[in-house]
Amino acid sequence: MGRAAEIARQIGWYWGSLMGDNHYRRYVEHRRANHPGEPVMSEREYWKMRHDAIESNPNPRCC
Amino acid sequence: MATPTAAPSDRIEERDGDVTYIRTEKDLPPVAVIDRSPITTRHKIIFGVIAVLGAIAWAIIAFFRGETVNAVWFVIAAICTYVIGFRFYARLIEMKIVRPRDENATPAELFENDTDYMPTDRRVLFGHHFAAIAGAGPLVGPVLAMQMGYLPGTIWIIIGAVFAGCVQDYLVLSISTRRRGRSLGQMARDELGAIGGAAAIIGVLVIMVILLAVLALVVVGALAESPWGVFSIAMTIPIAIFMGIYLRVLRPGRVSEVSLIGVALLLLAVVAGGWVAETSWGADWFTLSKVSLSWCIIIYGFAASVLPVWLLLAPRDYLSTFMKVGTIALLALGILLARPIMEAPAISQFATKGTGPVFAGALFPFLFITIACGALSGFHALISSGTTPKLLEKEGQMRLIGYGGMLTESFVGIMALITAAILNQHLYFAMNAPAAQTGTTAQTAADYVNGLGLSGTPITGAEITDAAEAVGEKTIVSRTGGAPTLAFGMSEVLHQVFGGTSLKAFWYHFAIMFEALFILTTVDAGTRVARFMLSDGLGNLGGPLKKLQNPSWRVGAWICSVIVVAAWGSILLMGVTDPLGGINTLFPLFGIANQLLAAIALTVVTVVVIKRGLLKWAWIPGIPLLWDLTVTMTASWQKIFSGDPKVGYWTQHYQYVAAKDAGKTAFGAAKNAGQLDAVIRNTFIQGTLSIVFAALVVIVFVAGVIMALKAIRGGGRPLTEDEPVPSRLFAPSGLIPTKTEREVQKQWDALPKSHARSVGTGAH
Repeated sequence: MGRAAEIARQIGWYWGSLMGDNHYRRYVEHRRANHPGEPVMSEREYWKMRHDAIESNPNPRCC
Repeated sequence: MATPTAAPSDRIEERDGDVTYIRTEKDLPPVAVIDRSPITTRHKIIFGVIAVLGAIAWAIIAFFRGETVNAVWFVIAAICTYVIGFRFYARLIEMKIVRPRDENATPAELFENDTDYMPTDRRVLFGHHFAAIAGAGPLVGPVLAMQMGYLPGTIWIIIGAVFAGCVQDYLVLSISTRRRGRSLGQMARDELGAIGGAAAIIGVLVIMVILLAVLALVVVGALAESPWGVFSIAMTIPIAIFMGIYLRVLRPGRVSEVSLIGVALLLLAVVAGGWVAETSWGADWFTLSKVSLSWCIIIYGFAASVLPVWLLLAPRDYLSTFMKVGTIALLALGILLARPIMEAPAISQFATKGTGPVFAGALFPFLFITIACGALSGFHALISSGTTPKLLEKEGQMRLIGYGGMLTESFVGIMALITAAILNQHLYFAMNAPAAQTGTTAQTAADYVNGLGLSGTPITGAEITDAAEAVGEKTIVSRTGGAPTLAFGMSEVLHQVFGGTSLKAFWYHFAIMFEALFILTTVDAGTRVARFMLSDGLGNLGGPLKKLQNPSWRVGAWICSVIVVAAWGSILLMGVTDPLGGINTLFPLFGIANQLLAAIALTVVTVVVIKRGLLKWAWIPGIPLLWDLTVTMTASWQKIFSGDPKVGYWTQHYQYVAAKDAGKTAFGAAKNAGQLDAVIRNTFIQGTLSIVFAALVVIVFVAGVIMALKAIRGGGRPLTEDEPVPSRLFAPSGLIPTKTEREVQKQWDALPKSHARSVGTGAH
């Protein structure tokens, strides 16, 4: 049971990181650690910023 | 442990037997582990067994005759070769050329900004990189190449990947990582000088346009006259917009959640497509001709490139990633469970004669041109430079991501080849020969393929019609472009494992939807990328054009988008109205374009290797470069100068011109004066493009040779690698961490949380 839960958690972690679910959490941690005291964006603002970044710097997709 | 010795910089080395630990700060755990332990006996035995197993599988594929070769042998041969290639050849490249230095910070660590620069867990980055490089090419190319039998294609997809494709991806990734993630065009300018650089940048742009056009042509071929397919693909647009609004307004950041909802809706759209196609209004609305479908895609491509990213492009990209990874895994599982038998011959009569209906020309060079991305893809160089280096945690991980990513892509190519090889050969040619030859009805198609002299029992018109009805289509005759054949093969494999014959039509349309979805994602992302390349390139000319480089100037963005869309859109329209069949004349141009891009990338890489003083190892990128140049230049030569009108664009052009001058209104495939003019125009454009591509690449190559000679004689341009900066984070190199790496990781995990962590490492 414990092992199955661990595997499920690992898969969940992988999928979440691949698709982007935990990117915001990681951003908050990074801000707190490296820029303490500075404002942290809300999740809504964060994703707006991410999409704006793709807007001017699109990721190519291969043929 | 031995006493620590401080190197001139702030690097502190400690040796413990065969393992060297490198610290960049004395209070922090090591940031790099160099393990020089010799290979263990256990590993020797394991790799020995893998090598023997691979050799047996290869022998069975190559020498076993009688049409009973099981698809599983292909999978075994491929995987064993990949393991050996990754463990030994990639390791050699790593040790002799790449020489990763994990004590130096990667661009991701150095410029971390939470958007495009982000150190990302290697397994996650592998997924990102694979999703970015995997596209329609490795699925479609091997299907078309099946015209020559399964053996030549299998050999090239596997061996070509190990010695060419993976080498290119890996080395481009490594040189871009040492240059702060600069793009291929920028690196060409830095390393080859102004002329070589300019030719490379123009080459990349022109090549990109033809790639987008041919990809769109594949979608048109798959969807034309198929209301079911058109409906399910059309539904992806409202689904994506819904997802975009959900993520923007309702629940920001819930990407997996919305992707799951999106995939569920997508499956519903595939099922609903069957119902809609049954109704008279559905058949009425969604049965589109090739020309109207092309216009839809052109309008869509333009809209997607100017609409906000969050509304259409980003959510479609999520859907496409989800579907791509999921479907490829499903197909692999299906092949292993169904274990289908090859129907195709090992080497067909068309391999030597070069008279095949799917694409013209002999095995050399056109097999290599047709397979393209499955074994060596120039397009990957655009992803290995620019995108992936900005997410890379450690230089030591480049082998896994660059080399390993391409091995996975090659495996996708092998699966595509298997799905085409298990089809009835008569059916295969009925689907892939151009309409001018099959005559578009089941009966004429049956007569045509029975006359080809294929092995196996002849097919009847009724059998072709039955095959079409089994997958829910009215006809499958001359469904060229490779995508329908792949979908047909996939439905053949998947229905045996999941759902039985009643689900055959569902699986066919599921596969069509999956291919069209990610081809369209490539088309819209590609249009956007090409638009930026164009505005950047025009901006470099200076003067009033400088304004184009400002991305927030909407008018400029619109103008450049229109230019890019008009460029690929006109080639697309030219392809769909081509009396000669479109895909069989344009696909070679697509392959040549892609392979020429690879030649540009390999030239840049080889020059860098020589400049670094590694002339002795320059053969590693040099051999694939020379091979690729030989293939593409031979193909370009034949396309330009061949006297055979089926192969040479210009011979064909002048034949039709002569026919027109003689006052004829019908000649060859052209049935009326309009078609005659169309052939004359199309062959002129295709012939001109062939010349332009070849000329640009020759310029880049010559610039490369000059730079390399200067470097060998001493002098010449200096290398443009950036000064290394010490790293302050640790991450294992391989997929599975070694024992030493685990111990070091533990030391880092024991630190207070304030230290740098990569995306995703929070869960450990």
